[in-house]
Formats: sequence, structure tokens, C-alpha cells
Amino acid sequence: MKSWLRQHSAAFLRALKRLRQAPLNTLLSLVVIGIAMTLPAAGYVFLENAKTLGESAAGTQQISLFLDMDARAATVKTVERELEILVPGQWRFVPRAAALEHLQADADLADIVAGLPENPLPDAFILEPAHIAPDELEALRARLARLPGVAHAQLDSAWVERFAAFLALGRLMVSLLATVFAVGLIAVTFNTIRLQVLAQQAEIEVARLIGATTAFVRRPFYYVGLLQGGLGGLAAGVLLTLGLDALQTPIARLAALYGSHFSLAGLSPLQFALLPAIGAALGWIGAQLSVSLALRSHLA
Amino acid sequence: MNMIVATRLTKRYDAYEAVRDLNLEIASGDMAAISGHSGAGKTTLLKLLGAVERPTSGGLIVNGQNLLALGRRALPYLRRSLGLVFQDQKLLFDRSALDNVRLPLDIIGLPPREASRRARAALDKVGLLEREKARPIALSGGEQQRLAIARAVVNRPTLLLADEPTANLDADAARQVLELFAAFNQVGVTVVIATHAPQTIPHPTRLIVLDHGRIAP
Ligand SMILES: Nc1ncnc2c1ncn2[C@@H]1O[C@H](COP(=O)(O)OP(=O)(O)O)[C@@H](O)[C@H]1O
Ligand SMILES: [Mg+2]
Repeated sequence: MKSWLRQHSAAFLRALKRLRQAPLNTLLSLVVIGIAMTLPAAGYVFLENAKTLGESAAGTQQISLFLDMDARAATVKTVERELEILVPGQWRFVPRAAALEHLQADADLADIVAGLPENPLPDAFILEPAHIAPDELEALRARLARLPGVAHAQLDSAWVERFAAFLALGRLMVSLLATVFAVGLIAVTFNTIRLQVLAQQAEIEVARLIGATTAFVRRPFYYVGLLQGGLGGLAAGVLLTLGLDALQTPIARLAALYGSHFSLAGLSPLQFALLPAIGAALGWIGAQLSVSLALRSHLA
Repeated sequence: MNMIVATRLTKRYDAYEAVRDLNLEIASGDMAAISGHSGAGKTTLLKLLGAVERPTSGGLIVNGQNLLALGRRALPYLRRSLGLVFQDQKLLFDRSALDNVRLPLDIIGLPPREASRRARAALDKVGLLEREKARPIALSGGEQQRLAIARAVVNRPTLLLADEPTANLDADAARQVLELFAAFNQVGVTVVIATHAPQTIPHPTRLIVLDHGRIAP
């Protein structure tokens, strides 16, 4: 265990030394990796904020639930019980008679309503779900529409659905962007390691000849990939935090124009920590690929 | 006890047999000189003994290990028990003399302090302690060769293999280098030296002459 630790810390130190020996290359790689990780991460943060914005707007959304015309009191009771389980937030029952009275109270409609042979309105529930994302709201509507005794469930505005579709598209784009940049990051690491292997040919050959194991030769390169990716991820986290900070004031001002107190949410500590972790993992993968290819001839 | 036992040892490069059907025994504690004209197969034989190259066929036991049966993963560990001085030395020119000598100790994972201490002791033995910070390029030919020897012995090997270690040295430097090998041999290290000039080797216990990959009669 102790010797394992020593071998790894020695490899780590040698990796640090190699990164320090070529400071310009290291810096350029870190900039490239940092930017490559900042873009998808920024997209993600933007979407998260858009989602929060959508949720706070959707809090005032309504779903109208119209029952079958011939629904009886028993049906109303069953639906009510289902709503207690399914709906987060408030709802109220509007009996068909009350709905008719509501119409009659409207001066313009009173004449028309008076001319009807019978009450054309069904019993209804008006729901105001709280703390629910736009896409979940649509799912809830669909679920409610399938309840027995329910004729029709209506989401009161279409923008919620459009917003949900927009979010889905946004997520897809961020995922694609992240994939593309992940491949880029692996490629950058691959190249860094390839150049280092070339530069260390003599050392690798001698080390092999005097008893170095494959692991001894490979390990420092893995750590170079790991370190470079991790530091690049850290740079991305810092860049993103600085960028969001810079946007904070203008966005608050913009929100104030619309009478809102919206403020941009930054990275949580966990999300921040995730950036170097992902960078390190991708760097390690790039190093693995590169070392496997570049050292193939040395393993005899 | 035998340090080296080769039976019908053959190494073929493409169609050319650089070492062919060679039978050889070298006892522990021997000071063996391998001579022969250029192209006779001296380097190839040393590479086989040092587990640098794999035999094409035949049997080879070095330091009690059957090299033909040895798996790839075991090879590095066998190499650590040997000390190799290469014909082209293979020093690392971007490192100090001390770091060159430390390399085998770093490979076996010795703690840095202990590694430095032992590397300095090895440099001291070859008379290069004052030059520990020097890069190999700043050393003379004889000093470079002694540095290569220090790196070969720092692991305290039981077998020391040297390929023409005096080839490019003047008489004085050559004598110094050969005295070093004699000194290691005196404390029990088996030494095998390939050389054009076997008569310069002090007190050889074995003299092996190669001719076209075979032992000359
Ligand atoms: N890697 C190799 N590939 C092809 N032929 C080789 C190789 N190494 C050595 N030889 C050939 O094997 C023969 C013996 O070479 P070597 O062992 O270097 O001789 P010596 O060291 O006695 O001068 C030579 O003819 C040489 O050309
Ligand atoms: Mg030779």
C-alpha cells in the first residue's frame, strides 16, 4: 500500500514536472480545454435559469377539467379523490349551476343564456398546480384527461407547451455541444501526450531496458492527461463564474423593467466541482488512448 | 554455480543468424571477456544475456531464470537484477549525472531520499561524486562511461554486462574503466565484457571468442 502510494505520487510529481517543462504548451492546452468546457456548461446554466423562470411563470397556470355532461355526484367524488392524490396545489369545484349563474351575471350574455332550453355547461374543476415545471404541467394535463368521467382537460395557454418544447430542444443542443467538446478535449489531450511521448523517447527506451514496468512508463502520462483536464475544468468553472457575475447586474436591471426580481443562478458548489472532475476523466481517457497507440512499439 | 547457461542459443534477424547454436556456461563470480571481429555477434549475445532481445530458439538461463519461459510481465523484474552498460551508453542528456544514476532506483520505487543517497554512493565509487550536478554532455568520454557504469551498478546487480566499454577511450581512461569492472568482480559480481582487445581485461577467468555467431574453436 505504501509503495503503491509512493509510486503514484512519484508519477504525479513527474507529470507536474513535465507540464512545467513546457509552460507555453500547457497554458495553451488549458485555455483550449477551459473554453471547450465553458461553452456547454454555460448552455447548461442558461437552460437551468430558463427552467426556473418558466416554473415561476407556470405557477399561475390553470388547468380546467370539464366532466362529462351526465356526470353524477358519485363521479364528481371519484374525480375529487384522484385530484387529491395527483395535483400539487389548489383546486376548486365549479358545479354546472354555478357556472351558468356566472354567465348570467354577465350582462352581454344574459339574454343568450336565458334563451337556452337547458344548462349546456358541464361540471368543472379549476386547478392551480404549484411548483411544477412546464413540461410536467403538460404531463399532468394528459394524465387528468384520461380520468374516468373527465370529458376534457385544458391547459389554459399554449406557451407552456412551447416553452417545454424549447427547453427540450435546448437540452438536446447542449448535449450535442457537450459531446462535440468532449471529443475535442480528448483530442487535445491525445495530442499533448503524443508529443510528450515523442519528446521522451530516449528516457522511455532506457527505462524499459533497465527494468521499468509498462505501468511505470505509462503512469506519468496518465497523470499529465488527468492534471491537464482537471485544471482545464477548473479554468472553465472560474471563467463561467466570472461571466455569470458580469451578467448579474444587467439581468437584474432588465428584470426590474418588467417588475420582476429574477436573478441569475450560478453554479452550485457541486456543479463547480463537477467541471474539473469531468475534465480530469476526459483527459485521462485521452491519455489512455494516446499512450496505448504511441507506446505500442515500446512494449516488446 | 552457473550464472549463465546457454544451450543451442540462436538469434535470427530476418534471414541472418547473428548468434547460432551457441553453447556457453559462465560461472558466478567469473570475469568473462567476449571477443571477436566486428559483426561476430558480441552485441547480439549480450542483448540476449541482458534480456534486451528474445532468443529465436535454444535455451537460456540467466541468474537462475529461464529466459525463454519468462512472461512479458516478469521481464522487467529480471532486468532489475542485471547491470547493463550499453555500447552507446544510453545516458539521458537532459538530466544531471545524479538523476541518470537515480533512474533505476526510481523505477523500483525507492523513497527519493534513499534513492539519492544510494545514487551518490554509486557516483562516489566511480569517482564522479563532484560531478553529480553535471549534464553528461559536460563530461569527458571516460567520465560518461563511468557514469554509465554507476547507473548499471546502483541496483547492486549480481551480473554486470558491458558492451565495448573502452572502445572510444584513450589508454588512461580505458584502464580506469577496466579497473572499476575488476573491483566489482572482486566483491563477487559476475562481469561479462565484450571487447576488441581482450588482452586489456585484467585477470579474466573466461575468454570467449566469437566468429560468425559461433564460439571459435
Ligand atoms: N537489429 C538487427 N537487425 C538485423 N541485423 C542485425 C541486427 N543487429 C545485429 N545484426 C547483424 O548481426 C550481426 C552481428 O552483429 P553484432 O552482434 O552487433 O556484432 P558485434 O557486436 O560483434 O560487432 C551483424 O552482421 C549485424 O549486421
Ligand atoms: Mg557490437
